[in-house]
Amino acid sequence: MAIETPLKGFIGESIKRKEDDRFIRGKGNYVDDIVLPGMLHMAILRSPFAHARIHSIDTTAAQALPGVVAVVTGKLLEQHKLAWMPTLSGDTQAVLATDKVRFQGQEVACVIATDPYVARDALPLIDVGYEVLPAVVDPSKALEPGAPVIRDEKEGQTSNHIYHWEAGNKGKTDDAFAKADRVVSLETFYPRCHPSPVETCGIVADVNPATGHATLYMTSQAPHAHRTLFAIVAGLPEQNIRIVSPDIGGGFGNKVPIYPGYVVATAASLLIGKPVKWVEDRSENLISTGFARDFHMKGEMAMRNDGRILGIRVKLLSDNGAFYADAQPTKFRAGLFHIVTGSYDIPAAHVVADGAYTNKAPGGVAYRCSFRVTEASYLIERLVETAAIELDQDPAELRVKNFIQPDQFPYKSATGFEYDSGQYEKALRLALDKVGYDELRKEQAEKRKKGELMGIGIASFTEVVGAGPGKHYDIAGLRMFDSAELRVHPTGKAILKLGVKSQGQGHETTFAQIVTEELGIPAADVEVQEGDTDNTPYGLGTYASRSTPVGGAATAMVSRKLRDKAKKIAAHLLEASEADIDFDHGKFFVRGSPSKSKTIQDVAFAAYTNLPDGMEAGLEGVTYYDPPNMTFPFGTYLVVVDIDRGTGQVKVRRMVAVDDCGVRINPMIVEGQIHGGLAEGFGIAFMELITFDEEGNCLGSNFTDYLLPTSWETPKFETYETVTPSPHHPIGAKGVGESATVGSPAAFVNAVIDAVGHLGIKNIDMPVTSDKVWTALKEAGAAE
Amino acid sequence: MLPAPFDYHAPETTEETLALLDQLGDEGKVLAGGQSLIPMLKLRFASPGHLIDINRVQGLDFLDERDATLRIGPLFRHKAAERSSLLASRYPVMAEAARQVADPIIRNRGTIGGSLAHADPAGDWGSVMLAMDAEFVLRSKGGSRNVKARDFFSGPFGTTLQPNELLAEIHIPATRGRSGGAYMKLERKVGDFATVGVAVHLQMDDGKVRSAGIGLTAVGPQNIKAEKAEAALRGQALDDATIKEAAALAAAAADPTSDQRGSVEYKRNVVRVFTERGLKRARDRAREGARG
Repeated sequence: MAIETPLKGFIGESIKRKEDDRFIRGKGNYVDDIVLPGMLHMAILRSPFAHARIHSIDTTAAQALPGVVAVVTGKLLEQHKLAWMPTLSGDTQAVLATDKVRFQGQEVACVIATDPYVARDALPLIDVGYEVLPAVVDPSKALEPGAPVIRDEKEGQTSNHIYHWEAGNKGKTDDAFAKADRVVSLETFYPRCHPSPVETCGIVADVNPATGHATLYMTSQAPHAHRTLFAIVAGLPEQNIRIVSPDIGGGFGNKVPIYPGYVVATAASLLIGKPVKWVEDRSENLISTGFARDFHMKGEMAMRNDGRILGIRVKLLSDNGAFYADAQPTKFRAGLFHIVTGSYDIPAAHVVADGAYTNKAPGGVAYRCSFRVTEASYLIERLVETAAIELDQDPAELRVKNFIQPDQFPYKSATGFEYDSGQYEKALRLALDKVGYDELRKEQAEKRKKGELMGIGIASFTEVVGAGPGKHYDIAGLRMFDSAELRVHPTGKAILKLGVKSQGQGHETTFAQIVTEELGIPAADVEVQEGDTDNTPYGLGTYASRSTPVGGAATAMVSRKLRDKAKKIAAHLLEASEADIDFDHGKFFVRGSPSKSKTIQDVAFAAYTNLPDGMEAGLEGVTYYDPPNMTFPFGTYLVVVDIDRGTGQVKVRRMVAVDDCGVRINPMIVEGQIHGGLAEGFGIAFMELITFDEEGNCLGSNFTDYLLPTSWETPKFETYETVTPSPHHPIGAKGVGESATVGSPAAFVNAVIDAVGHLGIKNIDMPVTSDKVWTALKEAGAAE
Repeated sequence: MLPAPFDYHAPETTEETLALLDQLGDEGKVLAGGQSLIPMLKLRFASPGHLIDINRVQGLDFLDERDATLRIGPLFRHKAAERSSLLASRYPVMAEAARQVADPIIRNRGTIGGSLAHADPAGDWGSVMLAMDAEFVLRSKGGSRNVKARDFFSGPFGTTLQPNELLAEIHIPATRGRSGGAYMKLERKVGDFATVGVAVHLQMDDGKVRSAGIGLTAVGPQNIKAEKAEAALRGQALDDATIKEAAALAAAAADPTSDQRGSVEYKRNVVRVFTERGLKRARDRAREGARG
């Protein structure tokens, strides 16, 4: 008998991550690890100004520096029709500035040199003649008549207005407000923050002048979509472009867009005929690549005095920066913000959104979030907290009163979503129980008598992840399906190739386990490959928690396809009728006589050696999966804080997180995702901020100013689960990568407001810094 | 890291170091722990022509107490201060400051001397030295001079250290009698520079203050010695009213600016709150502690 490892990797088994061996040994292979013969290095000269006209660019001195091979400007790109490129939201973005610079840090020129030091040395030798223009940093002011027009190069663009978009039903919502006993309102700003993956963005572009083949090693969350966009933008034949996304050190949405650096490095390699590497530094990543959020939100809820929510009305203003480059499905101009009714059965809703250009970096990526769901979840959970204070009701019970009930699923929301499943009260009750809610409320009352400030914050969030269906959701027109190709070799070992791309999520383990579950091949015997467009089936990539809902479903479906064929082969081997063959955990046997069986490995060998007459050889297949709906993970997060009245410091004492992401494939990986997301949510709530001064200077351009939480200040997380399988996903799983970032900021802020609400403090915008808390306390007459 | 080009020197003796400093003048920069210098090179905020790495010079990492003086060498690292039982038992303000400097990784490499020579107004050690009335020994090829901490700092990142001089030794008057101290620091996260820091060092005789030192971090163009607050404490019994008054004087001595860490009013208030809390903590420590 063969020796078996105790865990094969069936669903629900926390096997160790297969990919970690190479990561913990320092043997990962990232873009910056790639070195090609004759490779040149690129550095980017960036604008010091937020808004300025360019009168001249003199590159003579830079070009004269020994080691400099070329200096690329917008003028040169213009000759190749590459000075501008399309964005993911149908706008255009300057690759290298020709007429004006429109944000601080914008790409102006690139130096290509024989080593990266020389490339940097040459940057200050480029002489750019700027005429500084007034900067527009406030989106409200940007929309005022007479504001300087940032995008004056666009035909017909006479203001800074980008889009107007509405969701829901205005008439029904107005009626709900007319019938309301009272209106609860909250104006809040979800500030600009940044995904800041540990690995910054980069490329090694290798265009072979003899064959015309372009191999692009890129930090890409969506290599296939990027290949198509490169073909369209650069006019290269798509079959000649190979994008390889090697190991990726975190993405969080930051590696969804195509950045100017990728385009210039590719163009430079094409023109020079040598490989060109560009890897941005931390400051470049923070000041120029995809930011997130930056939503000014005004929310109102029509309420009955008993606490029932009758309707919700939201007015949004998004600050999109100098180019409208949000990464989101074409139909939805404010992403999926209209999920704003959250976990609640709110009969009427109306969302009005407008976007403004400002002199800031473009982006609008979903930082660990499914297209603006974070902003929506934050607003509704903050509104419910506000309502609880104003109605003097317990925030937990107020939520229970309004939850969508389990028997209402599938639930059609007032803005058009069809929620697949949920048990919201169950998750909330578990969180209350685990934290000891009633005791904490008693303690809070005691403390309040002594003048001490303690708060308990709740967020009962609902996520919407796993786009498509393709008929509703796309990226730049490409439908959001995904794919899996599975080959089982004669010895029973398999290769699974996917259209999605891990950036640390553990795909090599999770997706192998789906194959294990469906075919019985141990996860250790399933090699998962992603990221190379020459070797993997077409897919839309990994973001918006879509890999398990879509790529995972494709993996299950292709495994089942192979299982059907395997069953025929097993019947042949067992000399039985296919109808009499049963399958269980990797064994095919004749119904009623389990001793007569063949393993999947026996069958795989037979697929190449001993087939039934007329059957095609081999055991492989490919599936393109277009999901019938999104998945709707949910949960309740509960935070306990203590506040120092002398310094305004907020200390998180407890954080209880109950997540329901349906069936958990590898519970350890799911836990890891939740811990990471909670840490990011904590960072966003208390410290992460990209802000600008009046001249448009970015004040968050390195990690001493853009603060990321470390293990030192991050609270201990107490995690729990409920399991409500997705009814439409082949294995009942939902996406989980982003739930914690989406749900937790509101829980942290609600805890602070719960501590100070009785003093008349209604809101403190994120990041909730100690000076903001102290100032609010002082204004309320409650500071030490 | 892609800094501008520079030459690298690794002297093995103090004499060699001083000769290099003398020869290179403005173009030479001493590399001790490198925790501020290296990031500045990386960001190209600094591009000295020459780095003089003193890490191979033997015997510069000392800490000892003799002849009524605590002496600290230029390669004495934050981590060593954090782990020193001498500092923990007799100089609590230093022990407490040490474990709040930056983060553990920086503390492994960074030095007290380097931090003082860098003279960041948000640096923690400057305030501690002001509170303890320290004196610095500045050596050059030609000789040596002693400068009091209060005369050393001259504005943001400015000191009276000359380009040809090495901060060769830190001298702190050894504590006598009952003493206590505290370092209070408000930071936005571990590893961040202080929003506000307050160093308190007390020496008591018969229940009264013989000397009080108060240093303020990150609330002015340089670390500040709150001399009026110190004077108000001298000779007093440390009742709550006296502490409150001193805290108000310390807040008045602060000269902060508004930035992302907080407003002027906020920072001044934290100085007041921290001075009050720090004095109480130092007082309790002096009462509990053994006589020196």
